[in-house]
Amino acid sequence: MADELERPGQGPHQEHSEPHLPSPTIWPFAFAGGIALVLVGLIVNLWVTVVGAVIAVVFGFFWIREVTREVRGVPPEPEEPLVVAEPDEEAEVARYPRSKFLEGATLGFGALIGGVITVPVLGFAVAPAFVGQDYPEVDLGPLDGYPEGDFIVATFLSGAGGDGDVTRRTAFVRNNGLKNQVPSFTILSNRCVHLGCPTQPQGPPGESREIETEGGGAVTLTPVQPSGFGCPCHGGAYDIEGNRTAGPPVRALDRYEYSIANGRLRLGKPYSVSKVQGEGADARIEKYDVADPGVHLDGPEEFLYPYVP
Amino acid sequence: MPRVRSKRRQQLEQAVMLPVDWLEERSGLVGAVKYFLFRKVPHDTNWFHTLGSATLTAFLVQAITGVILAFYYKPSPNEAYASIQTITNELTLGWLVRGMHRWGASVFIILLFLHMGRVFLFGAYKYPRELNWLIGVILLTMAMAEGFTGYLLPWDQTAYWATVVGININATAPIAGPFLADFLRGGAEIGENTLSIFYSLHMLVIPGGLFALIGLHLYLVIRLGITSPPWSQDAPGLEREEVVTARRGLVDPRPRGNGAGVPPRKRVGP
Repeated sequence: MADELERPGQGPHQEHSEPHLPSPTIWPFAFAGGIALVLVGLIVNLWVTVVGAVIAVVFGFFWIREVTREVRGVPPEPEEPLVVAEPDEEAEVARYPRSKFLEGATLGFGALIGGVITVPVLGFAVAPAFVGQDYPEVDLGPLDGYPEGDFIVATFLSGAGGDGDVTRRTAFVRNNGLKNQVPSFTILSNRCVHLGCPTQPQGPPGESREIETEGGGAVTLTPVQPSGFGCPCHGGAYDIEGNRTAGPPVRALDRYEYSIANGRLRLGKPYSVSKVQGEGADARIEKYDVADPGVHLDGPEEFLYPYVP
Repeated sequence: MPRVRSKRRQQLEQAVMLPVDWLEERSGLVGAVKYFLFRKVPHDTNWFHTLGSATLTAFLVQAITGVILAFYYKPSPNEAYASIQTITNELTLGWLVRGMHRWGASVFIILLFLHMGRVFLFGAYKYPRELNWLIGVILLTMAMAEGFTGYLLPWDQTAYWATVVGININATAPIAGPFLADFLRGGAEIGENTLSIFYSLHMLVIPGGLFALIGLHLYLVIRLGITSPPWSQDAPGLEREEVVTARRGLVDPRPRGNGAGVPPRKRVGP
């Protein structure tokens, strides 16, 4: 006897084995909408609150009536009997099951939401390194600090990549004199184009002096008469036009654009050079957008670097 | 015949086991810990088998000392060097923690290579443990990346120029190189962003990956068992019961013996 009681669906346990569900109802939706209107109205307009309150009260009444139907002893409204089609085997197989649809929808929407969140975050993580990179102009002082034909080692704060000492850069500046009544300068970056160490002029340096620049900065000028430039890291060597003469570098030294305003030399943005033919003001420079050290700009190897950001 | 226990002893056992039982009933953790700790191990394992645990210990030392250093380190271009000086010269035992982190980094890498050599020479990378070798390779790469990103943080001349060269070596990689370099620099030039990016990579991104992959690495070790040395006559690896059961019914292509071609004889030892 006792074990019969344990069986589900039999005996006194039966009524507990089926879940007790309230009948389906739509009223709470409208009731919730009314409450939402009340809250919105508190901010927007009092009349909206009144309308919302009316909706909430009316539909709340319907809802309560629906829920208390059983307690009041009114029999629940009969549901429309489900129309069960004749079991058609083939149609049954071909049907796309609801569970499958829900599974796909969950995964799909999950991926969509994930993507919508991830893409901007990834963009923020990576894009700032590529967007809006600029090289602020730097004042290098009056032109008479650069006697014709001599190299001057100019050390300055470039403002590129932040501020403070981390932006300190060095350039080798040579006044080439006038060409077609226009002053001409050769301004080489000291960055070795092998792996970016600072190259040194090969020759005894003169006496350094510091001059004030516009905007309160300072630039240190050191005259030097180099026979070329050499890199201490891996032995790269360049001639005074920046062409590679020995060692691992793959191109000529980078150069800076320049302009002259109010009798002062202003440094522009850097550019890269594959090689230089000729000298001084008459030099023919093969000019490219600025590239990282070690990146080939010409020859077959340039196809290894199709896009240089 | 069951041992007769005194009542006091029973009460004591109950008192001890109560929290353990409470935990086990709700989490199954006791079973998990038993699965982790009470494994069968070939009887002729030797000291070389401890290199993996030694590497893990070295990593944990790095993690803990790194967290402590992060209390006092300031990752900004104007303060980084000074904060390192403060840690080394002024804070109580700061020199010790920084020294542990600095030298421990080398210890970690050396132990990684020794562990890798042990696995290679013992043939422990063979079926069914290839996946663990692959994970180990990624772990090695990430440990190297930790070394590279950590080297910049003292923000002195050595750090700065080593990183200039390191980033530019990245830039010479075909196609993706210049992009990678710009990402690492946080721009076209090394600057204040570079330090922040390296700091974040060094103490958030890469360690997170290391922790996750070490977890996976250990899980596979526990699941697949430990190999015996090449000269062993022991059965291979002594895999866990459930792994063997899952494979039962399939043709077992595994080489016998230690996995390196030595045929098994009889099981020796316990």
